[in-house]
Amino acid sequence: MTVKIYIPRDAAALALGAEKVATAMAEELVARGHNAMIIRNGSRGMHWLEPLVEVETAEGRVAYGPVKARDVPSLIDAGLLSGGAHPLCLGKTEEIPFLKNQTRLTFARCGVTDPVSLDDYRAHGGLRGLEKAVAMQPAVIVAEVTESGLRGRGGAGFPTGIKWKTVLEAQGAQKYIVCNADEGDSGTFADRMIMEGDPFVLIEGMAIAGIATGATKGYVYTRSEYPHAIAVMSEAIEIARAAGVLGPSVLGSGHAFDMEVRTGAGAYVCGEETSLLNSLEGKRGIVRAKPPLPAHKGLFDCPTVINNVISLASVPVILDKGAGFYRDFGMGRSRGTIPIQIAGNVKHGGLYETAFGLTLGELVDEIAGGTASGRAVKAVQVGGPLGAYFPRSLFATPFDYEAFAAKDGLIGHAGIVVFDETADMLKQARFAMEFCAVESCGKCTPCRIGSIRGVEVADKIAAGIEPQKNRELLADLCNTMKFGSLCALGGFTPYPVMSAMTHFPEDFSPAPAVEAAE
Amino acid sequence: MNIQLPRADVAERTQAIVGELKGLEGPLLPILHEIQDEFGYVPEECLPVIARELNLSRAEVYGVVTFYHDFREHPAGRHVLKLCRAEACQSMGGDRLAERAKALLGIDFHETTPDGAVTLEPVYCLGLCSCSPSAMLDGEVHGRVDDAELEALVAEARR
Repeated sequence: MTVKIYIPRDAAALALGAEKVATAMAEELVARGHNAMIIRNGSRGMHWLEPLVEVETAEGRVAYGPVKARDVPSLIDAGLLSGGAHPLCLGKTEEIPFLKNQTRLTFARCGVTDPVSLDDYRAHGGLRGLEKAVAMQPAVIVAEVTESGLRGRGGAGFPTGIKWKTVLEAQGAQKYIVCNADEGDSGTFADRMIMEGDPFVLIEGMAIAGIATGATKGYVYTRSEYPHAIAVMSEAIEIARAAGVLGPSVLGSGHAFDMEVRTGAGAYVCGEETSLLNSLEGKRGIVRAKPPLPAHKGLFDCPTVINNVISLASVPVILDKGAGFYRDFGMGRSRGTIPIQIAGNVKHGGLYETAFGLTLGELVDEIAGGTASGRAVKAVQVGGPLGAYFPRSLFATPFDYEAFAAKDGLIGHAGIVVFDETADMLKQARFAMEFCAVESCGKCTPCRIGSIRGVEVADKIAAGIEPQKNRELLADLCNTMKFGSLCALGGFTPYPVMSAMTHFPEDFSPAPAVEAAE
Repeated sequence: MNIQLPRADVAERTQAIVGELKGLEGPLLPILHEIQDEFGYVPEECLPVIARELNLSRAEVYGVVTFYHDFREHPAGRHVLKLCRAEACQSMGGDRLAERAKALLGIDFHETTPDGAVTLEPVYCLGLCSCSPSAMLDGEVHGRVDDAELEALVAEARR
C-alpha cells in the first residue's frame, strides 16, 4: 500500500521551509524507491512545530517537527514511513496536548485533509450542511443559524442570523454574499489558514448563505498579501464548480450560486465592510455612512450579506449537526467556538480553537507557554491593532465578547499578541496612532487629522514636554476619535492608546527633557 | 521585472487587458492588478485608456490608483523586499530588523538601491504572526527572520 506523507502548504509552514522539505522528501523517496505519496495539507496550527511532517500509520497519523530539509534522510533512515522513532518524532498528532485539548468545529479538517480534494472533503464530513440546506426553506436555514447563537467573527460580534434575515426579507432582483477575507489585523491568520487549509468549508458556507437569503453571487475579498490563500481558494472554486457544488444548480437543487475571489490592494481600511464594498465596486476604499445598512443597500446598492471568513466557515457544521450542538459550547452570549490566534512573543504560537470562556491568563501562560524570549510578559494586545493592551492584572478576563468590552477591550478577530517586559508602551501607543494615520481613508476628520495629532502628542510626551498636559490632551483626542469617527479605524484606535496609558502609566512619564524646564 | 515599453505599446497592452476584464462586475481593481503584473507598475499612459473604456474620468481612475498602497506609479527595483512592521513582528524585534535591513541596503523604506536591484517596502502584516518577524521577497514568505536570514535574503536580492 502507498504510504501517505503530509507536508503542509500553509504559508506559515512555507515561511519556515516546508517547500524545501517537500522537495527533499520527494527526491529521497524516489532515490530509495519507496512507495509513498506526499500530500500538501493545510496547517494543524502548531506553528512552532512547522514544518510539521506527518505520516499515516495503522495506528493513526504520527508527527515529526520542526523538520528541516537536511533532516529528511535521517528521518527516512529512522523508519519515518512506518512512524519510526527519531529525535523529531512527536508521537501521534492527535495526542499532542495543544491539539488534543482543542474543540475543533470550524477547523475540524484544517491540516487533516488535502485542501484541494473534494473527495477528501466529503470523506471528512464535508457538504453535509449544504446537502441539508438545499432541502430546507430559506427562512428555516436562517432560523437555524440564528438559533446557534453564531456572532460575527470579524470582530463586531453581530448575530449572523439576524443579518441573514434582513437580507432574506429585503427586496432585490440581485443579492450578494460577500466574504470579508481582508484579514489585516496583526496577530490574526485564521482566515488565511481556512482559505489555504480547508477552502471548501468556506465555499460550502457561502453557498448555504446564498440559498438562505436568495443571493446567487458571492465574492471572497481577500488581501494581496495572501498570495497562497488566493491560489488555493481560486483552485477550490474551480473544482467546486466542475463538481456542481457551485453553478446554476447547487448540488442539483435548482438553486443558483457561484462565486469568485477578488484581491485588495494593500489598504487596511478595506477590512471595514462599507469600504470593502466600495473597493469591490472598483472605487477608492472610502468608508460609507450607515444607514443604509449593507443588508439593504450593499454591493452595487443590492441587498448584501457581508460576513467574515470564520463566520461563514462555521455555518456548515451548524447546519450539519444542528443549532443546539453549536450553541452548547461557549459562555454567556458568546456561543460556540472561537479560533484564537496566538502570536508575537510566545513559545507556542499558532491557532487554538476552543469554546468561549478560557481566560486570557490560561491562554498566555499555559497554552502559549509564556514568552519566546523567556522574559516576563508585560502586555497582551487582543483583537489586532485596534484592540486594547491588557496587563497581567486583567489576565482573569474570560474570552467572551461582553467580558472584554467590560474591561475596555475587544476580542476582535481573536488574535492575541504577547509582548515581553522590553516593550515600551508609549511607543506602542504612538504606533497605533501612526498606523491609523497611514491607513485612514480620509473621509472623517477625527480619524484623518486626529491620528496625526496623536502621533505628535505622543512624541511630546516621549520628549518630556509638558507631560501632564499632553497626557490629558491625548485622552481628550482619543475621546473625540472614539465618538466622532465614522468607522472602527478611527473609533477603535483609542483602545490601544488609552489601554497603554491607563495600564502602563510608568511608560508615559519619561524623565523631563531639558528644554521643557525653561 | 519591469520592462520599459514605448508609449504606444503600453496603450495597446492596456486596451487588451481592459477588453479582457471589463465584463466583470467592478472591473477596475482586477484591471489595475493585471496592469501592474504586466508592467511592474501602473504607467500614467494607461489611465486615459482605462478611463475611456470604463466610462470614468481620468481623475477617478487616478484617485483609485493612488488610494491603494499596492499600486506603484513608478517601477520598483528588480526585487522587492517587504518587511512586516506590525505589532506581532514588533514584539519579536521587527523594528531592529528593519533598521538592520536599511543599513544593509543603504536605503530607507519606499526606496530602491541605486543599482536598481532592491526596493524595500514596509508591509502591515503578512499573517505570519506566530512566526515573527516575517518578510516577503518577491512573493516568497519567510518567518522567524534573524540577522543571518536577513543577510541571506539581501544577498539573494542583490545578485
